[in-house]
Amino acid sequence: MTDAQRIERVWTMVRTVHDPELPYLTVEEMGMVRGVSMRNNQIVVSLTPTYSGCPATDVISEDVANAVKAVEPEAQVEVVLSPAWTTDWILPSAYEKMREHGIAPPEGQSADRAFLTGQGKVIPCPRCKSKDTLMVSAFGSTACKAHFKCNACLEPFEHFKCI
Amino acid sequence: MTEGQHLQIILRLGDDALVLGQRLSAWCGHGPILEEDIALSNMALDLIGQARNFYTLAAVREDQGRDEDQLAFFRTDKDFQNHLLLEQPNGHFGDTIVRQFLFSAFALERCAFLSRQWVDAEVAGIAAKAVKELQYHWEHAAQWIVRLGDGTTESHEKVQASIDHLWSYTGELFTADDVDVAGAQAGLLPELTVMRDAWNARVEACLSQATLTRPEDGWMQRGGKQGIHSEHLSYMLAEMQVLPRTYPDATW
Repeated sequence: MTDAQRIERVWTMVRTVHDPELPYLTVEEMGMVRGVSMRNNQIVVSLTPTYSGCPATDVISEDVANAVKAVEPEAQVEVVLSPAWTTDWILPSAYEKMREHGIAPPEGQSADRAFLTGQGKVIPCPRCKSKDTLMVSAFGSTACKAHFKCNACLEPFEHFKCI
Repeated sequence: MTEGQHLQIILRLGDDALVLGQRLSAWCGHGPILEEDIALSNMALDLIGQARNFYTLAAVREDQGRDEDQLAFFRTDKDFQNHLLLEQPNGHFGDTIVRQFLFSAFALERCAFLSRQWVDAEVAGIAAKAVKELQYHWEHAAQWIVRLGDGTTESHEKVQASIDHLWSYTGELFTADDVDVAGAQAGLLPELTVMRDAWNARVEACLSQATLTRPEDGWMQRGGKQGIHSEHLSYMLAEMQVLPRTYPDATW
């Protein structure tokens, strides 16, 4: 088996790992997998955590290690902090899945300062699509989400913060 | 900048984040409203995460066989080099918000600099993430300062008293010691005089909007960066460290 085939086989396993806090999304869709590479005939999977203090990071590293173990028992999982993860890396396929699960996905690019803290931007309700929504708190049930409410359908919802 | 000073700078960044993170975590389950309980706990999580990143980096660099937990749980109060402001007790909600406000204005500017410097790419990587989190912390604190200052007579008086009390801990943020000077000369740390201007601009604009009075700069507390702390830190560390010190091999 060539190195490329081994790497591809590991990628297939990595793609089966889901985010424990957003279980309908894979860690690949979250943009957390920086790459799979070969170093000294050993497979290395590189992951970048979303938030500095995200408690799911350790679990994700373990889940990836366990998933990969079946095909590469010696594989290593390394955490790469630089460059820092950004919501810009979330794959487009994740956006629709977030909406289906009642979470408004990030809007715009994180490089735009106004988008960063949600000021002056419209977050449409993921349920009724109304743009008449209100941020209740910039801090939600997990580090990555803000708490919103829809003034049209009156439902609360979460928004995946741009960061 | 010597290797030792470089290491000390990274440890100080970790200490600031850990001490404030530990303080904020004490609000978990005690917030005045549910949203604030969640907000303060979220910020605690961000800060403790930042501390972990700095400590892990410091542990790798010093290569003494220590890890992030050893640095957090097995150093004494004299080893911690955080700013005194951060170890001050939570007090009431207004006290906590003022502490957040005064520090976030500083931390955000410092972190923005750290994320842009090229002397230490790993510090820059940690800071690039942290700066976005600190932006949220600053916005949160600034909005509360306006709400409390420009709120009722009672909220105005209480938050003004908090500012007057904590003001004497702000001088230390801008008093450079040998390590700060060496770090700034090497380009790793910002010049504290430049930081002071940026901090003043942020803080004064917000206080004015909040109808609050900026205290005069009088006598200032100092010593945190040299390991000379207020007694509050010792009690805080005792509580934080008791479990790993009693059961050093305890795991989840």
